[in-house]
Amino acid sequence: MRLSRRMTQKLAFGLIWTSGAVAVLVLVFLIGYVVVRGAPEISFEFLTTPPRGGLGGEGGISSCIVSTLWIIVTTMVLLTPLGLGAAIYMAEYAPDNRLIAFVRYSVELLAGVPSIVFALFGYAVFVLALTLHFSILSGALTLVCLLLPYLTRTAEEAMRSVPRAQREAALALGATKWQVVTRVVVPAAMPGIITGIILCVGRTVSESAPLFVTMGGSSQMPDGLLSPGRTLAVHVFYLAMETNALEKALATGAVLVVLILVTNLLTNWISTRLQARMMGAT
Amino acid sequence: MALANPPSILFVSVVGGPSMSRYFIDRWSSRVVLAFGITSFVVLVFIAGFIIRESMPALQEVGIFRILFGTEWYPRYDKYGILTMVVGSVLVTIVSLGIAVPLSLGAAVLLAEVAPENVRRIVRPAIELLVGIPSVVFGLVGMVWLAPLIADLGGKGSGSSVLAASIVLAVMVLPTITSISEDSIRALPRTYKEGALALGATHWQTIWRVLVPSAKRGIMAGAILGTGRAIGETMAMVMVIGNSPIFPSGLLSPARTLTGNIAVEIAAAVGTHQSVLYVTGLVLFVLVMIINSASVLAYKRKVD
Repeated sequence: MRLSRRMTQKLAFGLIWTSGAVAVLVLVFLIGYVVVRGAPEISFEFLTTPPRGGLGGEGGISSCIVSTLWIIVTTMVLLTPLGLGAAIYMAEYAPDNRLIAFVRYSVELLAGVPSIVFALFGYAVFVLALTLHFSILSGALTLVCLLLPYLTRTAEEAMRSVPRAQREAALALGATKWQVVTRVVVPAAMPGIITGIILCVGRTVSESAPLFVTMGGSSQMPDGLLSPGRTLAVHVFYLAMETNALEKALATGAVLVVLILVTNLLTNWISTRLQARMMGAT
Repeated sequence: MALANPPSILFVSVVGGPSMSRYFIDRWSSRVVLAFGITSFVVLVFIAGFIIRESMPALQEVGIFRILFGTEWYPRYDKYGILTMVVGSVLVTIVSLGIAVPLSLGAAVLLAEVAPENVRRIVRPAIELLVGIPSVVFGLVGMVWLAPLIADLGGKGSGSSVLAASIVLAVMVLPTITSISEDSIRALPRTYKEGALALGATHWQTIWRVLVPSAKRGIMAGAILGTGRAIGETMAMVMVIGNSPIFPSGLLSPARTLTGNIAVEIAAAVGTHQSVLYVTGLVLFVLVMIINSASVLAYKRKVD
């Protein structure tokens, strides 16, 4: 039996709507499940006591929150100038030749390298060779390598989308190239750059494998760049694999999911706001 | 431009003229950003270099053949075969793509062609949000909800299995494939669609016989990128696959991935054991390089 064209279309569109619905339902279910099952565990005490370890997974997540903050700040302080500098070079200075095409290609490739390979690299170089041991600094340096291609790419795209005429106008007024870059291009590309930075913060929060390998996983309160630590994401892994405290794992997961949602909303808010202000200003 | 950069000014400022003149800054800033510009390249070279260097002892002592094709992984007894884990990684990747590609293609067509604008405005950000969710959260839900469900429905033991890992992985790569496919369908010239419709094709015939085949390269690029992601996923896999270094006997059997093997063992490994884990990383690195080059090439040719 052959279906009529109309029937085929109806059937096909039915399947298409189903696949879209599945994608959205999975997201809603995932977030809902973690938040609903995790929320009862979350209390002021949970957020302000360190994990006590052991099979029961007692205690809270305070030291993990502090470790996460340490790693975010350290990573971003190192990553932002590097990423922006690279993006400025790629967008404004790089000549259009084979060598640069190759460098560009290597950025693409680096972005695709699995995070566990970065973990191996960080372990060999930062933890062992540079004797930083298992520490927040080792973790942050590993993440800088991991996130560099992302930030470079996002910031470069933002700078490229600044109209040529703006650069030419500034040059015609006698500005040097560097003045054009710092006073015209970078400010105009700011919404895109900030979005890229916040995305990197989000990835720092959610990344687990490289930090699992390079930070040592100590649940003690970190007291400096060279002390080991355990971020929230890594804590979820430890709780799930080494304790019976699945409810605590879900609660930590819920905190993570909320952090990521806030980061995403913040990104949207900032970029639309800045965009609007730019439009108003020019 | 020549006027903006007179060399004499640089000279004057170096010998103590008006220090830090804007020309001086301009000169040096371009060198500094050049150094920054190549850091990604330098990092890539360093990573490759270090992974190879650390792999050397194992490659010399055990040999690439016995590592790649050995089926026994007992580091304590100097048995370093990773074939079971290669099979585990490849199997999980194939099954997850088998689930994710049709779903993503459906979602992409929905977003690009079928859904009205207001539905798209909700669905697209929702799918993109999935990218940001930490992999340990996927792993956790896979472990706490999905694996027991599979065990109840006839799986063995805890339900941690190739199937559970593949489903979790499918959800994780779905947004990548969906958004790249949607973009490439959207990028097609309007005339393709109009031509087909004018010839009397239904909307679905237009989608299936004109739009999807024309966007094939972009969709392929998305699927290949998804493959790269799937093969590299680590922590979620450790949490739901059961982690036994054995040949998976079916979808309900536990297994271990290459990535999971590294994550679980590296901190405690020394000597040859540690070096073999670097070989495992090298295998992953090479696999992903090949996969990603294929993706970049597929996309490039489409753009050209």
